[in-house]
Amino acid sequence: MIDIRSVHKVFNRGKANEVNALDGVDLKISEKEFLVIVGSNGSGKTTLLNLVAGSILPSSGGIYIDGNDVTKLADYHRSEWIARVFQNPLSGTAPDLSILDNFRLAAIRTKAKGLRIGIDDKFKKTVKEKIASLGMGLEGKIEQPMGTLSGGQRQALTLLMSVMDSCKVLLLDEPTAALDPRSAKIVMETADKLVKDFGLTAILVTHNLKDAFTYGNRIIQMAEGKIIKNLDETKKASLKQNDLFDWFA
Amino acid sequence: MDFYLSALLQGLCLSAIALGIFISMKIFNIPDITTDGSYTLGGVVTAKLLIMHLPVFVVLPMVIAAGALAGTLTGLIHTKLKINALLAGILVMTALYSVNLSLMGRSNIPLIGTASIFNLVNVSGDPNHNTFWILIVFVALITFIIGYLLKTDFGIAMRATGNSESMVRALGVNTDRMKIIGLALANALTATSGFLITQFQGFADINMGIGIVIVGLGSVIIAETLINWLNITSVWISLGLVLSGAVIFQLVLAVTLSLGIDANLLKLITAVFVLLIVSLPRLSFKSSS
Repeated sequence: MIDIRSVHKVFNRGKANEVNALDGVDLKISEKEFLVIVGSNGSGKTTLLNLVAGSILPSSGGIYIDGNDVTKLADYHRSEWIARVFQNPLSGTAPDLSILDNFRLAAIRTKAKGLRIGIDDKFKKTVKEKIASLGMGLEGKIEQPMGTLSGGQRQALTLLMSVMDSCKVLLLDEPTAALDPRSAKIVMETADKLVKDFGLTAILVTHNLKDAFTYGNRIIQMAEGKIIKNLDETKKASLKQNDLFDWFA
Repeated sequence: MDFYLSALLQGLCLSAIALGIFISMKIFNIPDITTDGSYTLGGVVTAKLLIMHLPVFVVLPMVIAAGALAGTLTGLIHTKLKINALLAGILVMTALYSVNLSLMGRSNIPLIGTASIFNLVNVSGDPNHNTFWILIVFVALITFIIGYLLKTDFGIAMRATGNSESMVRALGVNTDRMKIIGLALANALTATSGFLITQFQGFADINMGIGIVIVGLGSVIIAETLINWLNITSVWISLGLVLSGAVIFQLVLAVTLSLGIDANLLKLITAVFVLLIVSLPRLSFKSSS
């Protein structure tokens, strides 16, 4: 599904503060794989995620999604395959727009945003049903601005929004970093459920080793722009939580 | 009374600017001051074409296109060359001064015996009343178009662009293109105000646009104060308040002048008045963030 071929990413090339964020990364992620990426700060994991999303472009190497060469494709074109949940709950939603408006945009992620009014009673009903499935009691508040909700509620809704339109790849960039433990749990469980229900290919970047242990069926560790550990499904299943802590010892 | 009526009419003429500034400043979060130039451009194109005896319904699309072109330039400079929006606006505004002067060939074009939107239909014997009704219909039409646009899928994407750029890019919207379209739309509206005012006052002048951006800003800020105060979320009511903002602004200026204040001080008073409205919510509603 995602094929990353010898990708390098250099920031500030030729300057005193030159950073080799990614140093020749090769990574193949097959369909329905749920990949967890761990690594210390500055190891290149968020850079890797941003390269897949298209918010930054590689210095060299190639990126392929679903057989398409997307190496030079802008992020708003890659939305055809990719839905994204950001670390900051504010980045994934528009705070001044109503929940309904946010969902409308998400529902046409892969389509043109045309000059027709897309929010009708049928659409409202669909959104209400989807939101009710979260069990957060938000289904009665769809006309409220998104900004009135808490970070956890917004992250959970961002997750729901990602499957409003056809979605193949879900990118989760430390989605629970800004949340309290209870909200974090709800968000991660929702993510896991959606990945399974919709058969998504997912990448989770996280600093939370417990989440890294609990979720996903493949795990890689990054350091200094390289992949230093790569455990497939069987190896990850036999991994113990303490082994993970030892990786960072 | 006529004094206040003409302030009201002027407010209606300038409500298109207020809508334009509302789009650039509130929806896109871009401080666009191309306005001074595109307003004059609208007036100049209007005067130039009217004295060539072209009909009003041909002139208006040309005015809109001219304003949109000015906005597109600002948008291109801002997004493609990554130049600060304020500077991009100043550059285009400055350049437009020469463009406007070249188009006019002199600094003032009076409109005598030419067609006018305000003579298109006669619903009242009193020309001021006639102007009033034509303006009401015209402004209502613009407001309806903008309001409908903001409700569409495209409009939601527009509103989200100024609100959460990362989200809207992840949802497949080319934000650069969106900003260019937004600035084009805002300046097309501004030029439309130039079109109305030129016919209302009967001439186009190279200096008519100086400081006009403050009129739009003031109107939008009056509206914003009311929107925050009353917790308005409806697009229609917000647009209505922007229109009222434009009218209130002109009425306040009219009252100030009728108190016998030196007309030379008008810009100073305008600035102080806008400062007052901006600071009012901060002074009296400290608790509401």
